Amino acid sequence: MSGWVFLVVGIMLTAAAALALYRIARGPSILDRMIASDMLLTTIICAMGAEMVYNSHVRTLPAMLVLAATAFLGSVVVARYASRSGHK
Amino acid sequence: MTFQGIIDVVTGIFLVLGAFLSLAAGVGLLRFPDAIARMHATTKPQILGLIFILLAIALQERRLSTILMLATLLLFQMMTAPISAHMIGRAGYRNGVVAEGSLLVDELERAIERAQDEEPDDDPAEPGDDGR
Repeated sequence: MSGWVFLVVGIMLTAAAALALYRIARGPSILDRMIASDMLLTTIICAMGAEMVYNSHVRTLPAMLVLAATAFLGSVVVARYASRSGHK
Repeated sequence: MTFQGIIDVVTGIFLVLGAFLSLAAGVGLLRFPDAIARMHATTKPQILGLIFILLAIALQERRLSTILMLATLLLFQMMTAPISAHMIGRAGYRNGVVAEGSLLVDELERAIERAQDEEPDDDPAEPGDDGR
């Protein structure tokens, strides 16, 4: 497969991750940061998948599986924390 | 064009689509005004973008073991993404991150009022036993 497809994919995923990092840094609330970090994790899963296609192997598939299965725990914990501390 | 050539072209299209959805989510995360709108943007690569990437992998590695693993991955993502979205939206509503005017229908407000009427001592911000 021609390399420019992967160049485009890499640039898009990098830009998406950079935008998510910007939103994590900017805020304004802890929930915005959590949404952004959730999306960063999804971008990482997509990048791992694209890398597997590029190098034509399936070795990182278990890591993707674990990430997809446990990604929600962080959001749940932060959401519980936020709904508790927000009431003052 | 050979069979493998066609497969490669379709794989490339799927990869670009998946990456484009991630990029769109990033732009939405940057530009949208409040937490709920940003959540709307970020759910696009969470399911559809991942489906595209997984289809690309499945087209390249056409084996039953790989495809079963990909199906499990997608199933986990589909099961867990709504849980985190629900919890974030709930916490956002109670923290006042959601703008009042942006909601057309607000069923949670009535539910919270009902819960407060039933148990006046209970702290409404505490999710309690139902706050999964």
